[in-house]
Amino acid sequence: MKIRLDTIVKTFDTFRAVHGVSLEIGSGELVALLGPSGSGKTTILRMVAGLEYPDEGAIFFGEENATDIEVRHRGVGFVFQHYALFPHMTIGENIAFGMKVSKTRRSAAEITERVADLLRLVQLDGLKDRFPAQISGGQRQRVALARALAVDPKVLLLDEPFGALDANVRRDLRRWLRKIHEELGITTLFVTHDQAEALDLADRVVILDKGRIVQTGTPEEVCRAPENAFVMNFLGDANRLKATVTAGRASVNEITFDAAGVPDGPAELFFRPADIIWREDGAGIPAVILRVIDRPDSKRILAVTADGQHVEFDTAPEFPFRTTARGTLEILRPRVFSITPA
Amino acid sequence: MTTSRTRRPPRIGEKPVFRNTLIAVVLVLVALVIVAPLAIIGVQAFSKGAAFFAKSITDRDTVHAIWMTALTALIAVPINTIFGVAAAWAITKFDFPGRRLLLVVIEIPFSVSPIVAGVAYLFVYGLQGLFGEALQSADMKILFALPGIVLASLFVTAPFVARELIPLMQAQGRDLEEAATSLGASGWRTFFSVTLPNIKWALLYGVILCNSRVMGEFGAVSVVSGNIRGQTNTLPLHIELLYHDYNAVGAFAAASILASLAIVTLIAKVALERRGAGRIRRPALTGPALAGPKLETTEPGISQP
Repeated sequence: MKIRLDTIVKTFDTFRAVHGVSLEIGSGELVALLGPSGSGKTTILRMVAGLEYPDEGAIFFGEENATDIEVRHRGVGFVFQHYALFPHMTIGENIAFGMKVSKTRRSAAEITERVADLLRLVQLDGLKDRFPAQISGGQRQRVALARALAVDPKVLLLDEPFGALDANVRRDLRRWLRKIHEELGITTLFVTHDQAEALDLADRVVILDKGRIVQTGTPEEVCRAPENAFVMNFLGDANRLKATVTAGRASVNEITFDAAGVPDGPAELFFRPADIIWREDGAGIPAVILRVIDRPDSKRILAVTADGQHVEFDTAPEFPFRTTARGTLEILRPRVFSITPA
Repeated sequence: MTTSRTRRPPRIGEKPVFRNTLIAVVLVLVALVIVAPLAIIGVQAFSKGAAFFAKSITDRDTVHAIWMTALTALIAVPINTIFGVAAAWAITKFDFPGRRLLLVVIEIPFSVSPIVAGVAYLFVYGLQGLFGEALQSADMKILFALPGIVLASLFVTAPFVARELIPLMQAQGRDLEEAATSLGASGWRTFFSVTLPNIKWALLYGVILCNSRVMGEFGAVSVVSGNIRGQTNTLPLHIELLYHDYNAVGAFAAASILASLAIVTLIAKVALERRGAGRIRRPALTGPALAGPKLETTEPGISQP
């Protein structure tokens, strides 16, 4: 089922949560809504589900305008961050709930069989008679997914599905969800504030900031060609240096970089910590090492440039230089964004 | 080489003198203030033998008072249960203007002396009161009759159920209801199969406290009931009457009924508390089980403005 959001606006009291968001999600696509807290991503998801209604704009499921269809008739599967399993029902009863209250009559045998199928799908066979309090967080989230899938939703919506789990469980569940999605091919929209999760899992990432979409694209597109400073910053560690752009060249400490298409004036030069080559002397931005941090697979160097700007970069573990060493920085893959007057 | 330290200083607040004195004071006070008076009720009730006790509690007026008390409870408790559930639902699941104010207003009967409630009802429904004449001409008897007693009891016990449910329902949030609705359940279905099972122990706890207060209420009821023997007397009022009649044994016998009710309530309360009712913050079964460290790939602070 294709989903289309058409200039959705939502305001809470006086706080504008979502400003005119338009978005299309193709049938069978797995899309991540990625953004910091307060970016409106959960609000958008809840509006797609019908748990909130937009003040303006429309939501289409396929060709049907679903904006005013209430949640119980909308046919979405919603997975909550804190699972929202019914604590007084067993795992089996939780999964069966949607089928029992549905208008489509199903026989008890049919329901039992479907519950067993779903438990197998989420790899929890044998836990049917446990209560939610008796299983782990990762298992609960899988039950929540099975429960949402039980009603054959047109769309699967997940609100920070792995937010409450610890790192290892998260990584496993992520890969597993991707597999399930490939098996079922159900249109899926999920919300996360974790870049790694979005990039790892999604076909397409929608990056939001302050209730607006700032960039949409495949993980490759958003990583390789971030459209603005926010995306660059949000997707991972980024260094920032003050620069001045004249005629398509950005200059930092008398070194110039390509900045085609960036208007003249003050700008910022961004680059990832891995994109620096340190030299004892030679061309580059002069800098002094302030601190060396050891990491399992690399060293993180904190340095300060001659004009007092801080830079962090990663080197091989064999990096021989220590605090107070002087040298120059060569920047690979720099990106220049002009400073928009705030 | 280890040096044995035989005379370690006691932990803070555990000096033997302090500790023993404090425990002794508490025990003596509990014995004098709580246990002894209750024991005396039992002893006095049977002081003229079991036969006299039986005769006292089967006295026509006493039986009527018991009936009045039971009837009041049968009417007031269900009403306040429904009110409590509705109020708790409204306050915890909806946002509306005046929500906080409602929360405070519901608690008023806890802080107001019951006699104030009685006098207030007297003013509203009494012969010289606001609706007095209208009621008189419609030949409706509110005061000095069952409706007045029920109204006063309702006022006094209004907060009991709501107060038990609000913190629990607040802690549970709206997720469960939202989940049930997204799975296709109707409003009623959601209430009966999701909300109610999760609040049932707290609800029962509130109902029991409410019931014991309805049955024991004296102040408000005494103002509005008129204390007519054999007609508008509830058990607590009847006990007072018997006592003023110098029928101490009868009074104690009747009091022993209320005291046994209290004991039943207490047992029920403890049993329910074991099932998690009455505690403000029940561990939310739906909450996160493992709040592990989050996998952060962005270290903030590198390029923040």
